[in-house]
Amino acid sequence: MRHLRAAAAVTLAISVAAGVTGCGGGTSSGGGSNESPKTLTYWASNQGPSVEADKKILAPELKKFEKETGIKVKLEVVPWADLLNRILAATTSGQGPDVLNIGNTWSASLQATGALLPWDDKNFEAIGGRDRFIDSAVASAGKEGEPPAAVPLYSLSYALYYNKKMFADAGITTPPATWDQLVADGKKLSKDGKWALGAEGSNLSNNIHQTFVLGQQHGADFFDKDGKADFTSDGAVSAVKQYVDFMAKDKIIAPGNAEYAQNQSLTDFAKGRTAMVLWQAAATTFASQGMKPEDWGVAPVPVPAGAPGAGKQTNSMVAGINMAVFKNTKNIDGAKKFVKFMTSDEEQKILCKTYGSIPPVKAAQSDPAFSAPELKVLRDTLATSAAPLPQVPNESQFETAVGTAVKELFADAAAGKPVTTDTVKARLEKAQQTMQQ
Amino acid sequence: MTATVTTDPGPATSAKGTSRGSGGARRRMPRIPDRIRQGGLPYLLLLPAVLLELLIHLIPMIVGIVMSFRQLTQFFINNWSAAPWTGLDNYRLAVDFDAPIGEALLHSFFVTCVFTFFAVGLAWLLGVAAAVMLQENFRGRGVLRTIFLVPYALPVYAAVITWAFMFQRDNGLVNHVLHDQLGLTDQPSFWLIGDNSIYALIIVSVWKGWPFAFLMLMAALQNIPRELYEAASIDGAGIWQQIRKITLPSLRPVNQVLVLVLFLWTFNDFNTPYVLFGKSAPANADLISIHIYQSSFVTWNFGTGSAMSVLLLLFLLVVTAVYLFFTSRGRKGSRA
Repeated sequence: MRHLRAAAAVTLAISVAAGVTGCGGGTSSGGGSNESPKTLTYWASNQGPSVEADKKILAPELKKFEKETGIKVKLEVVPWADLLNRILAATTSGQGPDVLNIGNTWSASLQATGALLPWDDKNFEAIGGRDRFIDSAVASAGKEGEPPAAVPLYSLSYALYYNKKMFADAGITTPPATWDQLVADGKKLSKDGKWALGAEGSNLSNNIHQTFVLGQQHGADFFDKDGKADFTSDGAVSAVKQYVDFMAKDKIIAPGNAEYAQNQSLTDFAKGRTAMVLWQAAATTFASQGMKPEDWGVAPVPVPAGAPGAGKQTNSMVAGINMAVFKNTKNIDGAKKFVKFMTSDEEQKILCKTYGSIPPVKAAQSDPAFSAPELKVLRDTLATSAAPLPQVPNESQFETAVGTAVKELFADAAAGKPVTTDTVKARLEKAQQTMQQ
Repeated sequence: MTATVTTDPGPATSAKGTSRGSGGARRRMPRIPDRIRQGGLPYLLLLPAVLLELLIHLIPMIVGIVMSFRQLTQFFINNWSAAPWTGLDNYRLAVDFDAPIGEALLHSFFVTCVFTFFAVGLAWLLGVAAAVMLQENFRGRGVLRTIFLVPYALPVYAAVITWAFMFQRDNGLVNHVLHDQLGLTDQPSFWLIGDNSIYALIIVSVWKGWPFAFLMLMAALQNIPRELYEAASIDGAGIWQQIRKITLPSLRPVNQVLVLVLFLWTFNDFNTPYVLFGKSAPANADLISIHIYQSSFVTWNFGTGSAMSVLLLLFLLVVTAVYLFFTSRGRKGSRA
């Protein structure tokens, strides 16, 4: 009896522990084929207000494609929280969709797995040529010097959204164009329980987006030419410190923002508790939270001095969604046709208008809809002053490591602990050490 | 990510190993067919469970162990067989406590030990206290029992998300009570980031875990004969003495299994920290399960993540074995 119970307990221990031990997988066969030319599976990312809404938006377009080509597309809209893990699982098991959307910052990481179809000249030719796309968007689709792992589908950039009434009440007539102005305006705005700037201190990706741009302005790339992590350069330290100092030193970000990770800063903005946010395509969210379009204004993200441009005048990352094809698809020709369809001028206009994004296809941008005030700012930024995040295989590690460092620094700032050049450097040093090669 | 069966030789050998019983039965077959018909039935009934256990637990576990010896990074996940064998490199990386990765793992291990100690201890204490108090029949006992079991019945995700809302600094219920109503703190505290995060984690874990202790102990209390208490009170023993001399010793066998199970569940708990903190837990609440998740899924280095998992498995097996050794020896001693 005693042995039985012991044995039972040991079995229990093994089974419980097994829960944390790894996961299975298989191997996939390389190279695409045309074994099943009549169907395609497509994983779309969640671009609209909900998964259901996306299904409704995409369904008529997929019908159109079926009518044109006779290929039936099986659609699954995958929420952002699951998408990367689902793609990893598909890569590992070889059981994935034919065509899928990826966040463009994952491009180089996924490219390194070798699971995605490389878009060399021949493949690009099949969808109308590489020249149809904006350069910065193609640059965000994989490592420099290699054929991109994906094709740009929807593009976005950051902009400064500001509350017109709060600005007027504080006597500010024009939105800040430099960081010094932003801090000066911010101090006027931060009073009586209201704050100047919103931040998502616990959202690792957002921390990266913001500090990457500040890094560019300080001449730091976070990776050297060989793709090795370089988080502790003076420029990188200054960039991170500048961002966290908006809370720690300038006190224009509310301490509570340190734990924000679910777009609470947008709610604060819509409720008139903060006067500015740095965001990509926030208009639909503001409208859904009861703001009227005339309540807010959109301006380019500030720069240290002068006007936005390339290099140190960069004021946004190239944000967006890319479309990729799994190499082991059984309908390679159909998959390319589908990518061609989705990146056609007409579909680009329809979909980007619906989603509030900018078409990465040059010809589609001529549509007047993309010249509305908000979209014009985003479009100009993309065209002139946006840079893609580092296209290195361990980009996702970078987001986690440095994103966490910024999160911890915000936590320090919020708790009233000092944030100095040394503490910033120490956190970044720690982040760099955890980067595995 | 569920497991897909691979053609690895590992699972096949292990399958033979675990179905030892049926193999033994087969050997005796020619001599006494009647006995195997009788003796074989239990094994036949066990077969579905054994197969499922193999499929759901043992095979993934073996695959995980195999992965821990390979350099399974993002460059090889598309084609596992191409991943180089690295021998013990992944393990060396994980236990090199002078290097950042090992140091972080060790730190996470200590955090988990502290967390488990308090979470299990408090859950057990609350469980015992509530079970003892509800032993007497009184009006409303059924209602209280039901209420006490609610946390156990709620889906973990829903419950922990609610806690995450309550722990928010600016709009959370916890700060509303502690700061706004009672004025216990000068400023609203952060619970989900920074130093307090470990307290938030322990509170949620205890809240979630104690009803199980309560349920088990309540059942165990039903087995203690009432005569013992009556005899004790005639002999002049007070409540406290009755608890110490009758209740606790009688609960001993249940406690032994209960504490072990609570320990294993708590030590391995992934849902609570993941839902509470997301992908990157604050340093003070960096439990080992989430640390391993991050080491595999966020960095896409499944080899190192698997090595850490195997180390965790070994640790839990050793703890369990030592625990069972000592508790069963104690029991033998008390019988003699």
